Amino acid sequence: MNNKTLNRAGLVGLMLAAMAGAALAQAPAAPPAPVPNKGDVAFMMSSTILVLLMTVPGLALFYGGLVRSKNMLSVLTQVFAIVCIVSLMWIIFGYSLAFTNGGGLNDFVGGFSKAFLRGVDGNSTAATFSNGVVIPEYVYIAFQMTFACITPALIVGAFAERMKFSALLLFIVLWVSFIYFPMAHMVWYWGGPDAVGNAAKALAEAGTDGKAAAQAALDAVNADAGMLFKWGALDFAGGTVVHINAGIAGLVGCMLIGKRIGFGRELMAPHSLTMTLIGAALLWVGWFGFNAGSNLEANGTAALAMINTFVATAAAAVAWLFVEWAVKGKPSMLGMVSGAVAGLVAVTPAAGFAGPMGSIVLGLVVSPVCFMFCSTVKNALGYDDSLDVFGIHCIGGIIGALATGILVNQALGGGGIPDYSTKPGELVTATYEFGPAFMAQLKAVLFTLVFSGVGSAILYKIVDVVVGLRVAPDQEREGLDIAEHGERAYHD
Amino acid sequence: MKIVMAVIKPFKLEEVRDALTAIGVHGLTVTEVKGYGRQKGHTEIYRGAEYAVSFLPKIKIEVAVTDDLVSKVIEAVTVAARTGQIGDGKIFVSSIEKAVRIRTGETDGDAL
Repeated sequence: MNNKTLNRAGLVGLMLAAMAGAALAQAPAAPPAPVPNKGDVAFMMSSTILVLLMTVPGLALFYGGLVRSKNMLSVLTQVFAIVCIVSLMWIIFGYSLAFTNGGGLNDFVGGFSKAFLRGVDGNSTAATFSNGVVIPEYVYIAFQMTFACITPALIVGAFAERMKFSALLLFIVLWVSFIYFPMAHMVWYWGGPDAVGNAAKALAEAGTDGKAAAQAALDAVNADAGMLFKWGALDFAGGTVVHINAGIAGLVGCMLIGKRIGFGRELMAPHSLTMTLIGAALLWVGWFGFNAGSNLEANGTAALAMINTFVATAAAAVAWLFVEWAVKGKPSMLGMVSGAVAGLVAVTPAAGFAGPMGSIVLGLVVSPVCFMFCSTVKNALGYDDSLDVFGIHCIGGIIGALATGILVNQALGGGGIPDYSTKPGELVTATYEFGPAFMAQLKAVLFTLVFSGVGSAILYKIVDVVVGLRVAPDQEREGLDIAEHGERAYHD
Repeated sequence: MKIVMAVIKPFKLEEVRDALTAIGVHGLTVTEVKGYGRQKGHTEIYRGAEYAVSFLPKIKIEVAVTDDLVSKVIEAVTVAARTGQIGDGKIFVSSIEKAVRIRTGETDGDAL
């Protein structure tokens, strides 16, 4: 192309632009619908796969290594089966219950308008946390699906080595329907930044007579969100929805099902800490998808979540190692990776809100507390939370959720509380006040504990009546692999 | 004929085998076993769970020899397996009524 053609092309372009401008001037249309950015799409697809990597194989091997060899396959089967079943439920009605308007029940749960993904196609988009940035709804559905899959899979560690497989499946189907989908809705469902921004903009531009209507419209947009979201509770990647939720359900489960036969008397040492390390390492790697991906787009906040996921984990692993060394006399590998998981759990709600130094402090604090719960408190109270789902996920989640309300403060290096309505179309940070920020977190934590704790107890009771929660004592002694699945993990 | 059965520390197996080979004993049977004695056990800690592990891994070797070799075998094993620490193990000797080599049908002294 020579200069002359270039000039001509430029001229044509200018004319077209002028014509378009004239057309726009005649009829000021709505701004064009935002189009997904290919980088964001690729990032979110990768993040989604990373969260699946956390679950199968990560969580499966982490848990599998911790049980006795006669129960290895039962744990692997439970985790894998949960992922498959919840994926299907998510498409059929789970996504709709979590991420649509639920009408009169909208504070608590969504509706069935997108059951079977009705109305969703390759062009559908989902909001992110930036104005004018969207991602394909399919990738949003898939990403959120992996969260719905891993959360119930976390619970199985609490009652490992003794629960009936049929009871487990029934419980999980009920639990995700009545506990997880509503929790996800209450914490994460909202209209998105563009809905808030557009309504706020309309309010700012409205004349005196239109003010009331515009205000009502903005209020309606703000009201169309889950209850905990409206409380102002911050949960970046699932401290309440995933970890406290699963952790308390696990505690209730292990108390209702009862201790393993021989608990406290017989040797119940992990059969392969090698597997546990592989699993923990895969959890850490996959958690970058979990935390950074929860930003829904590839930008600086995703990078912040990434670095926080590095340093909080490292700090927590080191903290557990040294605390155990000091208290029990030896630095153990299992202690170190338990600390790493506790750090990952704690940084989950804080990932995109805290600064890196805040995350390090969070990691250093969470491990000693979880260590205390897994050793002293558990032994004192005598419950058999086999793989410490409560001690690590629930306690770590609570610390992370509460700390998020503190570490979000910009004075502590945090990102600040997001505000989409003060400057419509732009993300700014609201003034930080400790009281309201911390109270919102505390309320969310307490609500999750009560909602999931009581709800899970009811569901366990139902399952107990229908199929019975626990295998027979001789089956438990033989091991669930042979008794429930008819196969053995190892042939020696 | 006697059978000399010795329970030793696992890492001493190669030295014991070498010592036996040196005195002309060319066959022995080895079993991985667990045992409890004066060495007691150790404590294992997995997060909050502390377990006293009483039974420690040991190696049991069995050597069948003619009567004239017994004292040399005992001497060889004792020297090779000794560390001087508690837990070095024990040697037991008992009589054998009959021995048969399956391949040839040879019996007793010829079968060893």
